[in-house]
Parts: sequence; C-alpha cells; structure tokens
Amino acid sequence: MISTGPFFLDQIFFIVFPYVAVIIFLLVSIRRYRTEAFTFSSLSSQFLENKQHFWGLVPFHFGIITILLGHVIAFLFPREVLAWNSVPLRLYILEASAFIAALLTLIGLGALIFRRVTDPKVKKVTSWADWVVFASFVVQILSGIYVAIFHSWGSSWFASLAAPYLWSLVTLSPDITYVTAMPWMVKLHIVSAWLMIAFAPFTRLVHILVAPNPYFWRKPQVVRWYSLLRNRV
Amino acid sequence: MNVRSQISMVFHLDKCIGCHTCSIACKNIWTDRKGTEYMWWNNVETKPGTGFPTKWEDQEKYRGGWELKEGNLRLKSTSKAKTVTNIFHNPSMPSMDDYYEPWTYKYDELFNAPEGPDQPTARPISMVTGEYINVEAGPNWDDDLGGSPVYAESDPNLKGLTEDQRQQLFAIERLVFFYFPRICNHCLNPSCVAACPSGALYKRGEDGIVLIDQKRCRGWRACVAACPYKKTFYNWSTGKSEKCVLCYPRLETGQAPACFHSCVGRIRYLGVLLYDADRIEEVAKLRDEQLIDGHRSLVLNPHDPAVIAAARANGIHDSVIESAQASPVYKFVKEWKLALPPHIEFRTMPMLYYVPPMSPVMANRGDDTVSSVSGEFFHDIEDSRVPLQFMANLFGAGHQGKVVYALKKQKAVRTYRRAKTVGDIPMETAEKMLREADCSIEQAEAVYNLTSLCTFEDRFVIPPMHREEAIEMMRDPAEHKTAVGFGFMEPPKRGL
Repeated sequence: MISTGPFFLDQIFFIVFPYVAVIIFLLVSIRRYRTEAFTFSSLSSQFLENKQHFWGLVPFHFGIITILLGHVIAFLFPREVLAWNSVPLRLYILEASAFIAALLTLIGLGALIFRRVTDPKVKKVTSWADWVVFASFVVQILSGIYVAIFHSWGSSWFASLAAPYLWSLVTLSPDITYVTAMPWMVKLHIVSAWLMIAFAPFTRLVHILVAPNPYFWRKPQVVRWYSLLRNRV
Repeated sequence: MNVRSQISMVFHLDKCIGCHTCSIACKNIWTDRKGTEYMWWNNVETKPGTGFPTKWEDQEKYRGGWELKEGNLRLKSTSKAKTVTNIFHNPSMPSMDDYYEPWTYKYDELFNAPEGPDQPTARPISMVTGEYINVEAGPNWDDDLGGSPVYAESDPNLKGLTEDQRQQLFAIERLVFFYFPRICNHCLNPSCVAACPSGALYKRGEDGIVLIDQKRCRGWRACVAACPYKKTFYNWSTGKSEKCVLCYPRLETGQAPACFHSCVGRIRYLGVLLYDADRIEEVAKLRDEQLIDGHRSLVLNPHDPAVIAAARANGIHDSVIESAQASPVYKFVKEWKLALPPHIEFRTMPMLYYVPPMSPVMANRGDDTVSSVSGEFFHDIEDSRVPLQFMANLFGAGHQGKVVYALKKQKAVRTYRRAKTVGDIPMETAEKMLREADCSIEQAEAVYNLTSLCTFEDRFVIPPMHREEAIEMMRDPAEHKTAVGFGFMEPPKRGL
C-alpha cells in the first residue's frame, strides 16, 4: 500500500497518520475513561474569572461546534451538499455562515488566550497541555480561514474531494489521489487535524466525549441504593 | 406511602455561641486540600449579616432553588434547554470574588529576616497564585458585625421590615445579632441533584445523604448555581465540584459528623426521620405559607404501626426504625414543632432544621440601674430585639406564625423552669404560659432535658448504616470476602 517514490511523504501524512491517530485516540480515550475517570472534566476556570470568560468561551464553542458539524455533514452527505451548492445563492449563504462561525471561533480563541495570559489566577491553572491545545487550534483555525478565503468554494470541494478521501480511509482502502494535488495550506489543515485527534485524549479535550446528553431524558432526582436491584428514582 | 429514611439534623440556635469550632473541625478533615481552601462546608454566619458567599440568600442574584411556574416546579438557574446554551458559560455561577481569595502568610520571612530596626512581618500570599495579595474579604468577614451599615444592612432577610424595625437593629446599645451555622441541608428535593447535566449528584437511598460522584462530575458547575444555600463548591484545582458529605465515613462507623461531635455549645442534634417520598413533589408545590406544615406532614410517625409496616415493606431495617423512634430530630420537628427549616421558600425541602434563637432580654439603662422594659420577666416575644419579621424571613418563608409558636414555647419552658428552680415567678403564671404555648408540663420537662442536659447519646442517635447489606445484595458475602476482603476496592487480580 505504501511505496517509496514521489508520494512517500503524502503517504505518511495521509495514510499512516490518520490510522495511527485514530488508534491512539480510541485506545487512550477508553483506557483513560476506565482507569482515570476522575480526570474527565471540562476543567472550567469560570470560578476564577467570570467576566472575560463569557466573551471567550461562548463564541469559541458555538463557532467550533458549527464548523465541526459542517465538516461532519459534508462527510456524511456529500451529494446533498453539492446539490444544495448548485444554486449560487445557497452556496453563498452556506459559505458565509461557515465563515462567520470560523470568525466567531477565532475571536473566541483570541479572547481565551488573552484571558489565560493576563489573568493571574487562570494562568495558574493552565498546563503545558493547554498551550499545545491552544497552538493547534490557532494553526487549525487560521489555516481553515485561509483556505476559505483563497481556495473557494470549500464546501463544494470538501464534498467532492475530502469526503471521498475520508471514506477511502473508513473503508480501509486509502486513496490519497484526492489530496495529493491539493494546495499545501489544505494539506496542513488535514495533517494538523490528524495530530489533534492523536493528542486529544491526553488533554482536556476529552470533555467533548462526556458531553452531557443523558440530562435530556433523565428524571430530575437521582437516588442510588446500596443494592443494584433497588436502583430506582 | 413510600417510606424512606433520612439522616436529619437540628441546630439549636439559642445555644450557639459562634465559636466556629465546627467550621475548623470540618476544615481540618475535609477542605485543607489544594483547590478547596476557600470552601467552608460548615460555616457560621452572623445574622443580620451577608453570609458566605456574600448575600447567598439573594436569589435574584444567584438564582438558586426552585420556583413555581404555572403550577410546575422549575429550577431557577437552569432547565434542559438552558443546559445547551449555558454549559459553556453559566450566567448564574458565582466566582471566587463572591467567596474570597484564600491566603496564607510567608511565615519563613519571620525567621529568615535579616537583623534590623523593625520587627519582621509575614505578608499574606494568595493560595491560588502564590503572589502577595491585599486581603479584602474572608470567609467570616462580617463576624459579629451585627450592627454594621456595610454588612448587616445588606442582609437579604431585612426585606419587608419597617423603617422603625431596621433602625432598631442598628441603634446604639440596642443592636443585636445571633449566629447561624450552616452545612448542606441534604434536602429531599435537592436542586443541585436536579441541575447536574452529568447526573453525578445523587441522594443515597438508605440514608438520604446527598453526594457528588467524583468520577462522574465533569465540572459543568450547574450544581453550584442551583443550590440556593450555596453549599456545593467548585474545586478550581481538580475541576470537580464538592460538597458536605455529612461525614458519612464517620456515620457508617457510628460516629457523629465532625462538626456535630466538636460542637462546644452542644447545639447539634442528629437522628433519623422517616418520610413519605411519594408526597415530596406535591408538598414542594404548595403555597409559601403552607410549606412548613406540608414539609412537617412529610415526616411520618415512627411509632405508627402502619408506618412501621410500610417501612419494613420498603426494606428499611428494624434497627433504623428503632433509631427513628428515638430520634431527637423527630421530637424537635414534629412533636414539639420547635425546629423550622431554613428558607423553605426555596422549595428544596431541607432536612436540617433550626430552633430559632431567643433575643436577649430587652432593658433600658437608667442612671444607675438596668431595668427590663417589659412587664414580664423575659421580654414579650412580639417585641423581640431581633424583629419577628426578620426571623420569619429566615425560618418562616416570610410568615411569622410558626416562628412565634416556637419562640413562645421556648419562652414558656424557660419561665416554667425558672418558676420551678428559682421560684421568683409564680408557678400559676408559668403554667398559664405553657398552656398558651401549646405545651404540657411533661413536654416542657422533655424540652428542657433535651435542650439543657442532653448527653452525647441523646443528641446523636445514629442508626446502624448496614453497609454490609450492600455486599450481601450484590453477591455472596463469602465469595466477596475471598475475592476482595471488605469494601469495594479493585480485586487484586493478576495482570495479563
């Protein structure tokens, strides 16, 4: 599958990296959840600084969730996205919304980094891993915005090129011809995404895995009994 | 009838001397770790005063507890939909500024200071950043400042007091305060539990202690915002929330919680209450003025054969039922109606009750003598130095009736005992007062005994916690013993 030659590096970046990243992600996340459940936390610092917190956390999270959902939708439904984009006005609406979300993310991230640096209490609870996370987000968001501006229209070519590439990885028949010809900024975006997936389970990013969905269907009060048989609300 | 048992508490405020021994006992056992320095699972407040965190009773600010909306109980701070929008930034979350920034001193500077003309000083340093700080607030910053225009005047319980009553609280030589020790109330309808997005908070079925599962807590902070008593705390170091555990490891070995055990004034009582879990929601929806009676009606008579049968049917151990029958809390809450829940209008159904304090005797100083302003030996309850409306805001959901009842009965018992032991009050007067206070002579003696002569065993009736059943119900005890010994540790299993 992997051969030396002109595309050797591409093979490392776009075939080896993704598989290694996903394997690390799964193994480390599961092991950490089973043996170090205590370390799964959002590690919120709102308690230490309550005002700037809003201006960073809220735009960042709503922005990044929108962007990530966009990527996932284009990956799952590439044909539908292409069909939507076939009308120019709809394409512009989609691209503009995505771009606004990206700007929100960037603004939020900037506010968060500023807060981490300037507030002495928040600085105290910042670990080196947090800086790795911040740095990778900066790379990821800036490269994404660059791509959105200079390589339009991303939503269409993601659906026609990136989605088949990702599907080729999923089906274990990796085909990098979709990505080898892409501009280097797009490549950077993809490679740093694999890197993020690889180190995410070591960092605070694991809070994404424990986002609280059961709250929506559980009863308000929780009662636990000694006996497993008597566990009831 | 769905009978459950609850470890419940009474704090007798008339006996509290505000020494903070309880707070220190708790602090030394539970919250001297990094990230918890600012927490006081047990704290003692001066009332009138702003408390800890500052003005915690002001739910316009903190949005804790429940509210009735179109006949339904709703959390003030959150809901299923709001969890989505507020999980990144919780708008009702207090910050460290609302509590205080914990500090210590650079003691080594005292020892290492070079010789010089001045005494060396130990400057305060923040326990968060390690930098020098100017201390501007502390956990007990308004201690004893009952008449302070800065602190006492900001007490949310002063709402509804007339200008005269307010002035009375701040007049020179008439100012008054009392102490208000607080721990987690281990409520029947806990808003912290209902607010947790992760379902990490829970109430223990067998004893009602409310705990936070540290392995499931993700630090979403909803419990901190939702608790109207602000008795869940966020550990800024571990990223998990923590709260009073009612010293359950002590209770499980038959010892009173540390704050109870160490109480110098012997103001704390602990015992089992049996209650009807099916009626909690119905009671929590009552109108404000019905809440105390409703809350009391949840508590079941442990001597009633029907209650005993229902308790047994629900798997409550006979030893727990016996413990409920001997419970000092049951006497204070249900038989004597002396103990009242704090801020029942938050509708969490707290299971820590307070006996409201008597005010000091009112007197005027003449030229040379001090004389009582009241015709009676003790002052009239209606003219208490702490205005009744203030007490009512704290213990009666704004209504004075239950508070007056409890104070009148305490006063009658005092008068009766004085008539009996000192004899300067005619016994007929004392007995008349007892009758008016809905108190028999036997009850007066019982109140006196449990208030003044109470031993350790009288104050703390701790049921056997039957943790062994936890093992029995899950697996064969003999097998469990050979596998892991006692407890729930990981089995010593040989690795691959």
